[in-house]
Amino acid sequence: MRCVWIETGDLLITVNGETLLLDACGAAFSPAHSTLIFADLHFEKGSSYARGRQFLPPYDTTNTLLRMARAIARHNPSRVIALGDSFHDRDAGERLGPQTRQLLESLCRAAHFTWITGNHDPHPPIWLEGEVAETVRLGGLIFRHEPLAAFEPGEVAGHLHPCASVAKWGRNVRRRCFASDGLRLILPSFGAYTGGLDIGDPAIATLFAGPFHAYMLGNRRVYAIPRRVAV
Amino acid sequence: MDVARNLDHPVEEMNLPVTVETRTGDTSAARRQRQRYSPPDILLTTPEQLSLLLAHPRSTQMFENLRTVVLDELHALYNSKRGDLLALGLARLQTLAPQHRRVGLSATVKDPEPLQRFLVPQPMRGGALSQLVIAKGGAKPQIEISASDSYVPWAGHLARHAMADVMAAIHTARTALVFVNTRSQAERTFQELWTINDANLPIALHHGSLAQEQRRKVEAAMAKGSLRAVVCTSTLDLGIDWGAVDKVICIGAPKGAARLVQRIGRANHRLDEPSAALLVPANRFEVLECNAARDAVLAGELDGERLKTGGLDVLAQHILGTACAGPFSAAALFEEVRTASPYAHLTPADFDAVVDFVATGGYALRSYDRYARLRKTEDGRLRLAHPRLAQEYRLNAGVIVEDPMVEIRLQSRGKPAGAGGRKLGELEEYFVEQLSVGDTFVFSGEVLRFEGLRETGAFVTRSRDPQAEIPSYNGGKFPLSTFLAQRVREMVSRPESWHVLPEPVQEWLKIQEWRSVIPKPGQLLVETFPRGNRHYLVCYPFEGRLAHQTLGMLLTRRLERGRFHPLGFIANEYALAVWAARDLSSSKDGGGVDMDALFDEDMLGDDLDSWLADSNLYKRTFRNCAIIAGLIQRRFPGKEKTGRQVTFSSDLIYDVLRQHEPDHVLLRATYQDAGTGLLDIARLGDMLARVKKRIVTRRLDRVSPLAVPALLEISREMVAGEADEAILRENEDALIRDAMRVD
Repeated sequence: MRCVWIETGDLLITVNGETLLLDACGAAFSPAHSTLIFADLHFEKGSSYARGRQFLPPYDTTNTLLRMARAIARHNPSRVIALGDSFHDRDAGERLGPQTRQLLESLCRAAHFTWITGNHDPHPPIWLEGEVAETVRLGGLIFRHEPLAAFEPGEVAGHLHPCASVAKWGRNVRRRCFASDGLRLILPSFGAYTGGLDIGDPAIATLFAGPFHAYMLGNRRVYAIPRRVAV
Repeated sequence: MDVARNLDHPVEEMNLPVTVETRTGDTSAARRQRQRYSPPDILLTTPEQLSLLLAHPRSTQMFENLRTVVLDELHALYNSKRGDLLALGLARLQTLAPQHRRVGLSATVKDPEPLQRFLVPQPMRGGALSQLVIAKGGAKPQIEISASDSYVPWAGHLARHAMADVMAAIHTARTALVFVNTRSQAERTFQELWTINDANLPIALHHGSLAQEQRRKVEAAMAKGSLRAVVCTSTLDLGIDWGAVDKVICIGAPKGAARLVQRIGRANHRLDEPSAALLVPANRFEVLECNAARDAVLAGELDGERLKTGGLDVLAQHILGTACAGPFSAAALFEEVRTASPYAHLTPADFDAVVDFVATGGYALRSYDRYARLRKTEDGRLRLAHPRLAQEYRLNAGVIVEDPMVEIRLQSRGKPAGAGGRKLGELEEYFVEQLSVGDTFVFSGEVLRFEGLRETGAFVTRSRDPQAEIPSYNGGKFPLSTFLAQRVREMVSRPESWHVLPEPVQEWLKIQEWRSVIPKPGQLLVETFPRGNRHYLVCYPFEGRLAHQTLGMLLTRRLERGRFHPLGFIANEYALAVWAARDLSSSKDGGGVDMDALFDEDMLGDDLDSWLADSNLYKRTFRNCAIIAGLIQRRFPGKEKTGRQVTFSSDLIYDVLRQHEPDHVLLRATYQDAGTGLLDIARLGDMLARVKKRIVTRRLDRVSPLAVPALLEISREMVAGEADEAILRENEDALIRDAMRVD
């Protein structure tokens, strides 16, 4: 397995022979296909709690969109793939405030969007620009929401919200992370209110037959941590 | 519970027609129900239970005939969030039962006025006081300080060198209480005592992490008088009165004079006989502290407390509770709340913001109005929008937010982790998370080996290794009191008072005087010196570890900006040491560190704000406020959240809220808390003001005697904000090492 840092703090890895750039914000970029990839955006998760009268700050979608906008401005992709669970629930699209919706629409004009369907959003809002698909193939990569139990080289998926922890000096640091063994890649969740699942959990660990790495998100760069070290 | 026993006995003996009942978190549902409909003559209860009773629709009937409220141990309550909750409950009672009178009982306090205000409804702008009755003091206590003229350790808190003295004191006493400051100290002391317990005296262990049955067993044995000593933490500070205890042994720093009085008072509950206490300092600074504390107690002087104002998070909980009892008028509730002394200066704007927070979250973006928890009735009052909210309120009520805990389960060796396992007790989750499989630690008086963390708890086996790696899983919770710090500083500054100190401590201070300088009262000494390939800056504010830690964070931030490349810092109760790659000495010709500017009060402005934003302690403070205020639920009916999930999501909420609505009422409540709580910012502010223009600097060629204890302490804090990144980097280096290894 090879990985190279480039000066921006991104990490360059290969997945099934395709080069991918892992951005510390939690997105992945394929230079060859000029494609930027986000997973598990969970728009309007905050307001879904409000229906149960738990009032989380109603700024999560705006926050997520602003971070997406920064990543799009940085990599300037011609295509964006959202790996499913982009909308937290069926009505999420209708609950977007007018300004938030404008922000989303302006992003959709900046690049061609592909909305992969997830278990939270089998039917994304009809007004949404871009195409809706279950899977997408690009060169050696295949994009889908939930990784298949059966191994398929080049699979790029989300759904699991991987997180990893490392401990040192009596302190424990837990961060979102990418998980990859060079053949398959799981992206961290990008939505502002999305929690995480430890990479030691069987749902993640059993996806990789051999050793794999957690690419943990630091403040300004991505850190490659061997699975043995991370929990 | 002791109070119940003490009331029950005379009532029974005199055959009085008086019913006495208790109501706590452990009281059965059936009994609680009955108490609501036919209350006993005397109900013994807690602030939490009072607010639950008041949140019930029947509260009006239940309390209308209330005659008297007695508040026991008021000094331990009035200046805390539990005190806020109690004050709000009393304000409600005043409306429901205006005829009732109140009596407060308190141990000696330096300034009784805040307690007197607490007891009576406050008029506009506050100021009403209850009557004050001062009981005559008992005999002066006899306080000894264990000190050896041959050896006093430089650092550490375990006092291993003095265990023989402690054992001897236990031998001469009928029953002794051995107080220590932390649970890990309790474990260690208990172990040390048993290794030299040749006479096999019955000595037990008692602290808050042990399983409840185990604690009850110890308490029962103590009540029967079958124990000679109990090693304990502050869990036994309050409320337990065992007549048989005739000696109190305090290991480590007393931290405060009032605290010492409280502990000494556990021995010998007869006013006319003196209580006997032995103080056992574990290091040189603690020798000074013990002497200062003894002098203060004998002179009858006590620490004052910084008064906090009523928490907005507690107010939010109270408002929701009030709505659970029935519709209320916001204007009337505001007037009622203002009669509670912690809230006497509450502004109408803050009150409205909290009501809005309870109703809809209180966000500038009004997107939740249609889901409001409080709705207007036709007559303009506010009512609960859904009965389910009352149920949620009851589950989340209370202001004590525990650190998330993990159960410790003991299993037999050889079994896979997670199989079976008897519960030994609980430990903080953050401690358990730092363990790797195979690590050993002491818990419940035994050396245990960590086998793994599962959903049901942390699994351990008994270890054969007698030498455990003993982690401090809970640093002392109480910082050195401002008052005692002042006395210690004075003692250090007056060489003529040193003769009472043990020889090694006198020598230490004398060499300090010769090699560097002894600061005069009011001065702050700052020393700089090289050591190894690092440059150190050590200062001695004596303001407690929490304030020093905050100071350390802020100083390193400034030094970093000044390109002095600070590498880390350590803080203890007395001193702060910062180290850097470059010389940190001040120099008049420019280029060096300008100490006056470095310690300028303005660090409490922008520097503090930008540091706070990322501080883990601050995020924890936010989480506590969010739980108390009801933004995050402790548990949902039916689906229990683990502590970890709560912690994680509160950090996410904090980040989003701070970025998008930094003036939100909950962030203001957090800031209000940080002033006196985990970060001790208020105290730091006083110190910086005090030492302004009174900084004495010494540039030394090597480490000074006073600096040694600080440098010997291990610290876990790294340069501001960057510690997490450093941990990631360190772990990553292992990858590179692995890649470069040839084998």
